[in-house]
Amino acid sequence: MHVLLQACILGLLTGAVYALMASGLTIAFGVMRVINVAQGALIILGAYLSYELFVRLQIDPFVSILVLTPLTFMLGVGLQLVFIRPLRSDEREELSLLVTWAIALGIEGVLSVLFSTTYRSTNTSYADNSWVVGGYHLSEVRVFAFALSLGLLGLLFVLLGFTRLGRAIRATVQNPTSARLLGVNGDVVSAIGFGLSVATATAAGAVYGIIFPFNPGSHYDLISRVLSIIVLGGLGSLGGAVVAALFMGVLEAVFAVEISPEWSSFVFFIVLIGMLVVRPQGLFGSTVRGSL
Amino acid sequence: VRRITPAGLVRAGVFLVALVVFPFVFGEHWVLNMLIFTLMYAGLATAWNIIGGYTGYISLGNAAFFGIGAYALAIVFTHTGVGSGYRPFYLLPLLAVGVAIASVPIAWVALRTRAATFAIVTITLLFVVQQLAFNLRGLTGGSQGLTLPIPPFPVAHYERPFYYAMLAALCLSLLVSWYVRGSRLGLHLFAIRDDEDRSRGVGVPVTSAKVLAFSASAGLTAMIGGVWAYYISFVYPQFAVDPLVTIGMVLMVYLGGKGTLWGPVIGAFVLVPAQQYLAYRIGASEYYLVGYAAVFLGIMLVLPRGILPTLADRWRAAQNRPSGPSWRTRKAEAL
Repeated sequence: MHVLLQACILGLLTGAVYALMASGLTIAFGVMRVINVAQGALIILGAYLSYELFVRLQIDPFVSILVLTPLTFMLGVGLQLVFIRPLRSDEREELSLLVTWAIALGIEGVLSVLFSTTYRSTNTSYADNSWVVGGYHLSEVRVFAFALSLGLLGLLFVLLGFTRLGRAIRATVQNPTSARLLGVNGDVVSAIGFGLSVATATAAGAVYGIIFPFNPGSHYDLISRVLSIIVLGGLGSLGGAVVAALFMGVLEAVFAVEISPEWSSFVFFIVLIGMLVVRPQGLFGSTVRGSL
Repeated sequence: VRRITPAGLVRAGVFLVALVVFPFVFGEHWVLNMLIFTLMYAGLATAWNIIGGYTGYISLGNAAFFGIGAYALAIVFTHTGVGSGYRPFYLLPLLAVGVAIASVPIAWVALRTRAATFAIVTITLLFVVQQLAFNLRGLTGGSQGLTLPIPPFPVAHYERPFYYAMLAALCLSLLVSWYVRGSRLGLHLFAIRDDEDRSRGVGVPVTSAKVLAFSASAGLTAMIGGVWAYYISFVYPQFAVDPLVTIGMVLMVYLGGKGTLWGPVIGAFVLVPAQQYLAYRIGASEYYLVGYAAVFLGIMLVLPRGILPTLADRWRAAQNRPSGPSWRTRKAEAL
């Protein structure tokens, strides 16, 4: 029982990081019907950037997020303008899959050239510390990561729910044509949405780099997990993505402890298949164009 | 609407004769090696076109079936005494049928979703199969992979049997693709691509048509994977189930022209030699990946409709110029 609970705690802490990763993907899909396959590569890019800042300038990864997210927000806006925007809207959903896959390959290639393919890990001084609460170990890094992820997700919810920009984004998600008729500039909203999505990827990546070792090829493993999560939660549903991420984090950790760590990533796929058989639109997905 | 036109027969005949005669004219090992990969990708792209081009379902997991085919052949080799030489080639049709049947439940589950979700589900299929190849050590040899014995073909013409096997696999894929185009199934698939809900409404057996297309594509892909494994003579999880193989075949279909018969073949004959040249010139795999991504992005942004449809449009526009509205006025109307 003790082991099981410990695994649940660990899973919940990791699940929050998955939730942050998945939230960016969901926003990009909601705003533009774009599945960003490059999200995994952008997360790894974030991990490398914060790793470099840490090794060269001794900037703590949690602090470097403050610097990196505005930068990568601009990168996201740039990617959207150059690669996604030129695609015709009726084939955007299909072509964007391939274009973002190409972007992922490009990022993987550039990272391999710059950093080689050896595994790195951001080893902060507190990386191995943990608190003991009631007999359970709480790794400091994971608790920070959990808090950061929840904080950023909270910010995202506030941004989407209570600001003018958020209202414009939600309007575009629900009905792009009507939103445009009411004076929302769809192009600007799409660019900002994609920028936000890339910025969350970087933040998640900075945290990922402390918890797990990574190399340029790690993005495939990440993207397959995060994609399963957003399908599970229902494409385009932000709440669904968060719930699915936490659920999968816990399930994966419990499976790793109770059955086999080697097969633990299989949990994602088994749950995904089960969900498709029972409810193809996912937990909170709707069959029509929905809301975030 | 099955049509055997003289022009079509001539096209197919010239293509086949040229490729059959080729090894007798240019026998260099590196040329044949490159051509084997070209034929392989032409076959893979043609098979992908049946589900991706005709049906409009962007499957990004076809490399999973390529890997399954490769592993199936390697496993038969290591666990049974199938014998070396030409014997494994005779197994290939059986392999195709077996994988096609085995893929039916997978197809049924994956095809419950559409568009982007379907693409995501097929991507995860890719990683499921790769993970299985890593973890089922007793069967697949884990990360060490499996090694096949080198067949006793004469050194001077070592590539020839594989070349003709690949050619046969490509011809079979083209035949299936051509047959499907003209058949009732093809009409169903085109209808599904254009509007699935309406097709269902007018009585198209949507699910069975989609599953059939997916399985045919999977079976052909697996067969080509089998030839590849025998030629390469070893299989590793990362090589056999490679995301770059999936993306390669998809890219070639887009380059040549999605939903056309010859488009995928043209795409492969343009892209594979270019790819090999790139690998030869650049060497280091990291730069290769960057170059590949650049070519990929260029094709998607500049020529998303593909070579054949673009040429067809040009040709039609040139034909219509004297009488019909010109391209410019049509564009003006569209605006």
